[in-house]
Amino acid sequence: MPFNLLVLACLTYVAFLFAIAFAVERRAQAGAAGWLRSPWIYTLSLSIYCTAWTFYGAVGYAARSGLEFVTIYLGPTLMFIGWWWVLRKLVRIGRQQRVTSIADMISSRYGKSNLLGVIVTLICVVAATPYIALQLQSVTLSFGVFAAAGSYGWVMPDTASTGLWVASGLALFTILFGTRNLDANEQHTGIVIAIAVEAVVKLVALVAVGIFVVWFIADGPADIVTRINASPIADWELVPTRWAGLIALSATAVITLPRMFQVLVVENSDERNLATASWAFPLYLAAMSVFVVPIAVVGLQMLPAGANPDLFVLTVPLSVGQGGLAMLAFLGGFSSATSMVIVASIALATMVSNHIVMPVWLSLRPTREVTGDVRRLVLNARRFSIAGVLGLGYLYYSFSGGSASLASIGLISFVGVAQMMPAMLGGLFWRGATRVGAAAGLITGFVLWAYTLFLPSFGPDSVFSLSVLMDGPLGLSWLRPQALFGARGMDPLIHALFWSLVGNTTAFALGSLFSFPSPVERVQGLAFVNVFDTERSEPQAWDQGLIDTEELLKLAQRILGDEPALTFFQQATQEQGTDGYLPDPTPAFLEALERKLAGAVGAAAAHAMIAELAGRARVTVADLIRVADETAQIMENSSRLEHQRAELERTARQLREANEKLTQISIQKDAFLSQISHELRTPMTSIRAFSEILMEGDVPPEMAVTQARIIHEEAIRLTRLLDDLLDLSVLENGTVQLDLRLVSLTELIDRALRAAGQVRPDQTFVIWRDLPTEALFIRTDPDRLAQVFINLVSNARKYCDARQPEIRIAVKQRGARVIVDFIDNGSGIPKDKQHIIFEKFARLTDQTRAGGAGLGLAICREIMANLGGSITYLPAQGGAAFRVTLPLRLEKPKYSDAA
Amino acid sequence: MLIEDEPNIAEAIRFLLTRDGWQVTALADGGVAEQAVRQDRPDLVILDLMLPGRSGLEILMALRADPALSGLPVMMLTAKGQGRDREAAERAGADLFMAKPFANAEFVAAARSLVGL
Amino acid sequence: MNRRGPVFLARRSYRMRRLRDGARLLPVAGTFLLLLPILWQPAATEARDTAFDGIYIFAVWAGLIIVAAILSRALGTGEEAEAPAGREDDEGLTP
Repeated sequence: MPFNLLVLACLTYVAFLFAIAFAVERRAQAGAAGWLRSPWIYTLSLSIYCTAWTFYGAVGYAARSGLEFVTIYLGPTLMFIGWWWVLRKLVRIGRQQRVTSIADMISSRYGKSNLLGVIVTLICVVAATPYIALQLQSVTLSFGVFAAAGSYGWVMPDTASTGLWVASGLALFTILFGTRNLDANEQHTGIVIAIAVEAVVKLVALVAVGIFVVWFIADGPADIVTRINASPIADWELVPTRWAGLIALSATAVITLPRMFQVLVVENSDERNLATASWAFPLYLAAMSVFVVPIAVVGLQMLPAGANPDLFVLTVPLSVGQGGLAMLAFLGGFSSATSMVIVASIALATMVSNHIVMPVWLSLRPTREVTGDVRRLVLNARRFSIAGVLGLGYLYYSFSGGSASLASIGLISFVGVAQMMPAMLGGLFWRGATRVGAAAGLITGFVLWAYTLFLPSFGPDSVFSLSVLMDGPLGLSWLRPQALFGARGMDPLIHALFWSLVGNTTAFALGSLFSFPSPVERVQGLAFVNVFDTERSEPQAWDQGLIDTEELLKLAQRILGDEPALTFFQQATQEQGTDGYLPDPTPAFLEALERKLAGAVGAAAAHAMIAELAGRARVTVADLIRVADETAQIMENSSRLEHQRAELERTARQLREANEKLTQISIQKDAFLSQISHELRTPMTSIRAFSEILMEGDVPPEMAVTQARIIHEEAIRLTRLLDDLLDLSVLENGTVQLDLRLVSLTELIDRALRAAGQVRPDQTFVIWRDLPTEALFIRTDPDRLAQVFINLVSNARKYCDARQPEIRIAVKQRGARVIVDFIDNGSGIPKDKQHIIFEKFARLTDQTRAGGAGLGLAICREIMANLGGSITYLPAQGGAAFRVTLPLRLEKPKYSDAA
Repeated sequence: MLIEDEPNIAEAIRFLLTRDGWQVTALADGGVAEQAVRQDRPDLVILDLMLPGRSGLEILMALRADPALSGLPVMMLTAKGQGRDREAAERAGADLFMAKPFANAEFVAAARSLVGL
Repeated sequence: MNRRGPVFLARRSYRMRRLRDGARLLPVAGTFLLLLPILWQPAATEARDTAFDGIYIFAVWAGLIIVAAILSRALGTGEEAEAPAGREDDEGLTP
């Protein structure tokens, strides 16, 4: 087959994949992508576990080591049929925490530590390098097979340059494929479909070769059994440590390989798909494995002794003249390599850009603003990462000389990524696992892996000299890379697996036991370990520390209207067990408010508005779309823990508030005597001074009259003060006698306005009233109620600082209760003072002395309590606003005997 | 100079001192007091502790901070009469502290002693 | 969270729980069966039984896949599989 045709076939195939991916993404955007979420697509995408290593290498592995190759597929089988244990939890956490990669997962579990993200990213990049080299090697070798005979009129240039071409081609392909757009949640629908197609191609190709071998070269299964027992494979001996070790290793690798994590967790669109994959994926693996031994046996028998068993899948059909089948097999191998490289490099590029490039960029950037070009930056970072990852793979390929067999290269990577297992499993099941432990374990495992397996894999005299390998560094024989601590009799791979995981787990456990996790770590640990307990928790809470409830009330009033908004806020406050109009911004309240607003302006806008007030500075279009998208609401789930923490915070805040209030009241009580003293001494001073003057008797008569008048005035002032104090004490003790009568509310308000008109008579106030609503007859103590009204109107007249002062009096009837609002247009009362104004002697500033002793509102409050109603401060009304609530018909005994 | 916001008390003091031969300028607002003292350079300042605009203590501290005015005799008046206020006033540099209500003769004598008459 | 369930559950929920137990036990059983060939090794001296080993392994494999398929169908269908997924970790809690 001409080389050009081969290249053409590859390019056509790639173009075909590209077209599929493109079409699928178009359809997905149009919303017609239900089948994309099918469990079958999911299962097929998982098949990137079977790389070119499986496709070519498994046969070679079987030819060398008999049935041992099957361990690589038995491990994942056990992991998947045991999905209820680990995978289910992993996928749930991945979806709940919107994990973007395995590095993200581990960093997120341990308190969103970027240090761990960086460590995991580095381990993944280093460990994936041999794996990518393996794909390059296999594609290069398969090209070589077609060229080797020379009978097709083409001679391979040389393996190194072919490798370079393959690497560049794959890089270009992946960049075009994987970084066309930036997905918010790192899901790549088009690529998943392309991988599923490739999965079918490689399965069909391998099974086709298998069927050809079993039924067309051999005489069916029985003949194959005979041939197996006659072949060198039959001399294979099972090495127990390798058998058990490799099953465990591959079970680990299937979830820690970055590309597997990508398709298994990140690209998972529906948790239920996992149930199907739990048996369908093992079935796929079994189907990929079942013909491996027959192909190996037949290849060993048919082909000359020197033939590379890694290429039997191609060379067996070629040797019997089946060019078409060989071509199919070639495409199968090509599919295996490309799908692995695409997903692996996308996964690695995501990690590199999220955990290395972005943090660096964010710290170098001068301002905190995030603008539109971030997307471009991220995409470019990923493109460079992809090129870098493939470049590393190529370097490894050319450095290691491509000499090792495919299987052993793949296993080096497996042991590398297995280092993530203790941190990951520990994070899923052990709340005590900490960041320090995870970092210690990862670093220890990584170093041991590099020392015992990765670096020696370059061969003697490349990284380690032969003497280091044989006698240990500096002649310390117990430090020999492949016989650490004298563990001589072990297989190098198992030796490395054993020591690296022992060291890793020990460091992880000790580090966790002896360190103390940060609060975020503990929160995340709880969320991960108890992920299934948080099922019906409340949706993602806003950061309530930043929310000003008064602002929320203003917003709600703007959208819902004054009265409904106030009612809604009041109900929420009552449900929280306090009173007033400003509830704590608990998650539940915010969610309810968001829903309420959504009814008026739509979910997306409501979310955006609250987000703005909640201090989520950037509300992106993506945020809006996410809110609009009902399916995405599931993602909004936060853990119950979060809720509990919020609850605690709220309680703490309430305690703090109570404490502050108590302190303030105590300061006031302390000042009580001082205040009384002041209020009494001031009139007394004038009285004493003038009476002494008068006693001297030498004052002209007209002046004596003036002085006597002053004495009189001050005496009256003293009396009033004492009256107030007595009044208050009577009201507080509940011993007040109420004189209940039926009165017109209009008349009462008239009377109050008349009486209060004496306060600052020079000021002209515009009074807004709505007479029809006032036309109510209420049964109450008219004098007491008038006293309250007079006080409120006088206060408004005294303190309203608007240039054209207005007072609005609004009356509403709510069932058996009457609401009277007094609202002026001044600057209102600052939020921190709103809850002390009803206390005795509470004047807002020492300087504001408008004649009263600060008892007015305290008296009002007591009066309203005696009248079976209440008086509250209404926030967010554009001025000082007081709401008086009272029963329409007050029955006597109920309140007059109270207390 | 008298700085007192209660008009009746101010009236009483003015009467007492005028009769004793003083010239009295009365101010009701603490905010403008310091400026007025600088301009008029009175022989004696009588300061109420609680004033609108600016408290008597603040005014006193401002006066004492200025070397040109540091020797000016100042009498503090207060209706609270607590030890704490007295201490604060003395720390701020008041020459005399007088609690309301006071005996007229005592008051005039105190004013005289402060200017050395 | 002390929603202690009743001692006797409806037959359906009881079945569902035992299915989950089964799902947990399956990999344990699978591990045992797949590690079993290690024990045969000393006996296999001269006999050429690699094909038999292979057949055994693939048979176990097929068996595991079938059981897993049955379990996942039972666990993965119906609304009950979704809703109580979060509760099953504690035996005493009602789904």
